[in-house]
Amino acid sequence: MRSGTRTWVDTTIGIAVCAVLLFPLYWMVNVSLTRPQDLLRPRPHLFPTDPTFDGYTAALSTQLPSLVTSMIIGVSTVALTLAISLPAAYAMSKLKTRATGPVLFLLLIAQMIPGVVLVMALFALYAQVGLINTYPGLVLANATASVPLAVIILRAFMLQIPDELIDAARIDGASSWRAFRSVVVPLSRNAVVTASLFSFLFAWADFLNARSLTQGNSIVPFTLALFRFIGAETTNWNAVMATAVIASVPAVVLLVVAQRYVAAGVTTGAVKD
Amino acid sequence: MTDTARAVSRAATPGAADRARSPRRGRLSATQWTGLGFIAPLVAFLAIFLMVPIGRGIVLSTQEWTIRSFVTGEAPFVGLRNYADVLTNPVFPQIAWQTFLFVTVSLVFQYVLGLALAVFFARRFPLSTTLRSLILLPWLLPLVVSATTWRWMFNQDFGIINSLLGGADIGWLTDTSVSLWAVIIANIWLGIPFNMVLLYGGIQGISEGLYEAASLDGAGPWRKFFSITLPLLRPVSAVTLLLGLVYTIKVFDVIWVMTRGGPVNSSHILSTWAYQISFEADRDLGTGSAVAQLLVVVCLVFGFLYIRAQRKEAQS
Repeated sequence: MRSGTRTWVDTTIGIAVCAVLLFPLYWMVNVSLTRPQDLLRPRPHLFPTDPTFDGYTAALSTQLPSLVTSMIIGVSTVALTLAISLPAAYAMSKLKTRATGPVLFLLLIAQMIPGVVLVMALFALYAQVGLINTYPGLVLANATASVPLAVIILRAFMLQIPDELIDAARIDGASSWRAFRSVVVPLSRNAVVTASLFSFLFAWADFLNARSLTQGNSIVPFTLALFRFIGAETTNWNAVMATAVIASVPAVVLLVVAQRYVAAGVTTGAVKD
Repeated sequence: MTDTARAVSRAATPGAADRARSPRRGRLSATQWTGLGFIAPLVAFLAIFLMVPIGRGIVLSTQEWTIRSFVTGEAPFVGLRNYADVLTNPVFPQIAWQTFLFVTVSLVFQYVLGLALAVFFARRFPLSTTLRSLILLPWLLPLVVSATTWRWMFNQDFGIINSLLGGADIGWLTDTSVSLWAVIIANIWLGIPFNMVLLYGGIQGISEGLYEAASLDGAGPWRKFFSITLPLLRPVSAVTLLLGLVYTIKVFDVIWVMTRGGPVNSSHILSTWAYQISFEADRDLGTGSAVAQLLVVVCLVFGFLYIRAQRKEAQS
């Protein structure tokens, strides 16, 4: 029924739809390359006719520290998230812990509570214990979003690891800890990558916690820097958009990396029966 | 087994190690103790960073916070006065209505557009997989980045949107009558990939045979959509819409970056309003928390409906 031309019509429509949906991203790149005098035109150019990299130079010279700050927060959040989630996911998938049900329920609640609600209470709590304006304070706050998702991803994956693999290790005399470290974690590599990716993206993109739990200029992740940047009236928008483009790079890179990992089934390589 | 439990507990939580040494004291088996050792860090984390803040939030909503409280962390108890203040605030009905509009309009358009894309991409054509993953990109970008882009696109004098509208002079972010629509448009755009992914997954689960049988009976594409796709997609649709609702009512970054809820409250929803009361203006964390508790109730109600819908979907 479906002819060759018909499918190419679909492809053409698909490309057009993609172009419309991704237009804002194109626009971000376009503006980042536009000269300041061309930005202040009632009819902006649809293409960067006279491209300039001044925006990128300005972005890198002023925003680099904030990008580094975001990177530190992102990596720390991933480390903390994995340290909490990996053992928990193991207990909730392979050790048949009775706490599994209640904990899963708590994780769902954690995913539903709005960040705004949590950050208000965290602010009041942090003010009392001196965690305002600290890296640990921010990382712990970011982990409230990443831990629930990481546990759910890791647990779903570990449930599919055949028990025989763990039993075999146990028969060879391995302790639960050893089985966890030497069998379960290596086999879960792809799920670990996926969970790390999302944890990183959560922390990298965090604006709410950074805005609420820091003050002044001691800790300024790029989200906060960008927000302050656009607040200034004299802002040069090509530098703003250049910062935005740079800040998008990890998301794009990690998407490509993760797609490969998610696609690969782990146990297919490990179990051949 | 006892050795194992001890080793694991010691590694995971020092406190549990002592108890694990005499596993017969409780009724829990050694395996159960091992499991508890592994799960203990998570439980501790959830207790301190979820349960305590939830409780603290409820307490906050009954306290009168002043600038001084921000230093001392203490504030006098005022009962339900903050709630009374919120409900009698003349702005409250307006913001409740805006929240309703923001959520329903966002949901309807995200769902319809997401479904259209899911159906379209289910046809499979050259490049369909690549294009489908490209559409996910807006979903992964930091919200502040997307919102900043939309803010410039909506700029009254130099924005591309007014230019594409033939040189219109609409103050998207500065006119109280359209600012809410500007943030809704940006939010719809942000939610399309999420809806498409879930619905596409649902369509993949529908048996190809049904469509073939319908074709033999002479059903056209619209008939197939309304008689097969839509009804069989109902459980997935319920999950998508309920989860989307919980996510939409939580929105903060987009609005805050684009308009800060302004001008004159015209693009506030409950979450941004609660935030503004707490951290801007009077820094009245007590009243802000009262608004936040209303938000929690709404989220939990729809959250539980979501869990129920998900169970139903898993059974079907």
